[in-house]
Amino acid sequence: MTTLAEPGTPGQARGQLPLAAQLGLQTLLIVGSALVLLPFLIMLFVSLMPKEVILTRAFALQLTTLDNYVQLFKAVPFGRFYWNSFVVAVATTTIQILTASLAAFAFARLRFRGRDGLFLVYLATLMIPFQVTMIPNFILVRYLSWYNTYQALILPSAFSVFSTFLMRQYFMGVPLDLDEAARMDGAGSWRIWAQVIMPLSGPVLATLAIFNFQASWNDFLWPLVITNSIEMRTIPVGLSSFQGQYNTEWNLLMAGSVIALLPILIIYIIGQNWFVRGIAFSGLGGR
Amino acid sequence: MTTHAESTPIQTPRQSRRRFLRWRPDQQWEGYLFLLPSLLGFLFFVALPVVISLLLSFVEWNLLTQPIWVGLANYRQLLTRDPVFWRVVGNTVFFMVTIVPLQLCFGLLLAVALNQAIRGALIYRVVYFMPVVTTIVAGAIVFQFLLNRDFGLISQWIWDLGRLTGLPIQPPDFLNSTFWSKPAVVILTLWKNVGFTMVIYLAALQGVPQELYDAANVDGANAWQRFLRVTIPLISPTTFFLFIIQMIGAFQLFTEAYTMTRGGPAQSTLTVVYYIYQNAFQFGRMGKASAIAWFLFVFIFLFTWLQTRLQRRWVYYETES
Repeated sequence: MTTLAEPGTPGQARGQLPLAAQLGLQTLLIVGSALVLLPFLIMLFVSLMPKEVILTRAFALQLTTLDNYVQLFKAVPFGRFYWNSFVVAVATTTIQILTASLAAFAFARLRFRGRDGLFLVYLATLMIPFQVTMIPNFILVRYLSWYNTYQALILPSAFSVFSTFLMRQYFMGVPLDLDEAARMDGAGSWRIWAQVIMPLSGPVLATLAIFNFQASWNDFLWPLVITNSIEMRTIPVGLSSFQGQYNTEWNLLMAGSVIALLPILIIYIIGQNWFVRGIAFSGLGGR
Repeated sequence: MTTHAESTPIQTPRQSRRRFLRWRPDQQWEGYLFLLPSLLGFLFFVALPVVISLLLSFVEWNLLTQPIWVGLANYRQLLTRDPVFWRVVGNTVFFMVTIVPLQLCFGLLLAVALNQAIRGALIYRVVYFMPVVTTIVAGAIVFQFLLNRDFGLISQWIWDLGRLTGLPIQPPDFLNSTFWSKPAVVILTLWKNVGFTMVIYLAALQGVPQELYDAANVDGANAWQRFLRVTIPLISPTTFFLFIIQMIGAFQLFTEAYTMTRGGPAQSTLTVVYYIYQNAFQFGRMGKASAIAWFLFVFIFLFTWLQTRLQRRWVYYETES
């Protein structure tokens, strides 16, 4: 795993900067931050404004109201969207970590006929874009009568070649002597997987879990094509169809956006360092 | 169960490695047992679909009637008789050549600034990375609002600029103009992704040895020269790597265009993946959609091949730990 140092850590400092340079850099970074934050702030602000003032731009702080949120929850089942996204993201991540770590263990630690050939086949599919398998998966899901179900949202994305590959690389780095010692003590492969390899793989498991959870939570194209009822929509797709229906009701759209972003932003702010590592370094290879 | 428990307990690592590599009859079934869950998922949702997808690209099928074998007709039709296909390829190439360089430039700029001994660097990183974890749909809704010609904030700024300077400047109608709709999608994509590029560049910058900067200092190089002659060459592997994955990512652009402009107006933001989506799920042309997906695959294959060919150049980046 590549380590990611903190920005601006003293060890990395390129010497003390002159005051003018400090000011210039701060200005650049503050303007940049303002541009990045502006959409979030506008979203929050407009979501608290009554509908009438939006087109006239007669915004005022004393007009602040939560009416939009009350109206939003009456019009759209956002609670249901949350639940769907939560179920799908947790199930996808759990299945993926379990199956990938078992397979990675076999590829990295066990000797059996056909292992290396199979691993090559796995690797070869890494570069196949999702869009190629999407249409057959759609047909398969319909054939199984899974259309518009949790199985359809979860299973096709729950088997990740990339996660398997990354975990195998990590497991290869764990000293073989540990397995040997465990086997001498009478441990079988299952115990070595559960009690030796997995406990030593905390960082890579956490990284992959965060990346997969976030990817599943924000996934758009697959949930869009595989669900059609409002009860089965995840947050991004639910918000998008709400956008199509209420395309001029900006106060409601903004309230919906705030509601959609709230959970993932809170988790992100709490675990930001893990998030940055997880997404940056899995995203590099995971696309 | 273990065949080696009775062998000598004291061995060198080399011996242990050799013994590990030896034939393991007891692990024949065990290996496949561990692999089974993953292998089943792999067969059903990856391997089999790839084969079916290729077959689909040779048929005409709307899922309702019987599929008809048409050979290479889908491909031929796309290349020779479908002006929309060439338009979506053109749109996608436009997004690639605008988004990728802009993202690399802004990402590097922010990373270089954050790599200095600067107050609040951690907070800046949290802020710039924030859009990366958020749903693009919410971003699209806000940007539609900001770019609206009648009441959007960005349009308002442009009106104000015109009024202040007395110049005849008018804000473009971003979302209803076939010309300005593309920049609108580019803006949204940059806002969403620049934090990712920045974080990767930051890691690369922190791998540049301080001694090189010190040596350049001794030779009398100024900050700009140090940047051009030390930083840029040393992080070029990362630049190349980011370039490849972002070209692939931009070629797969869909959600940004779908949520921001629904591919319009007049197909001006319709991308290759959007066209796959339309053909498969709106027009019921599974065969044609699969054929487009295979064009996409060939493109990505070429870029991935290029990447692995030149991988040795950034190997320090992957083995560093």
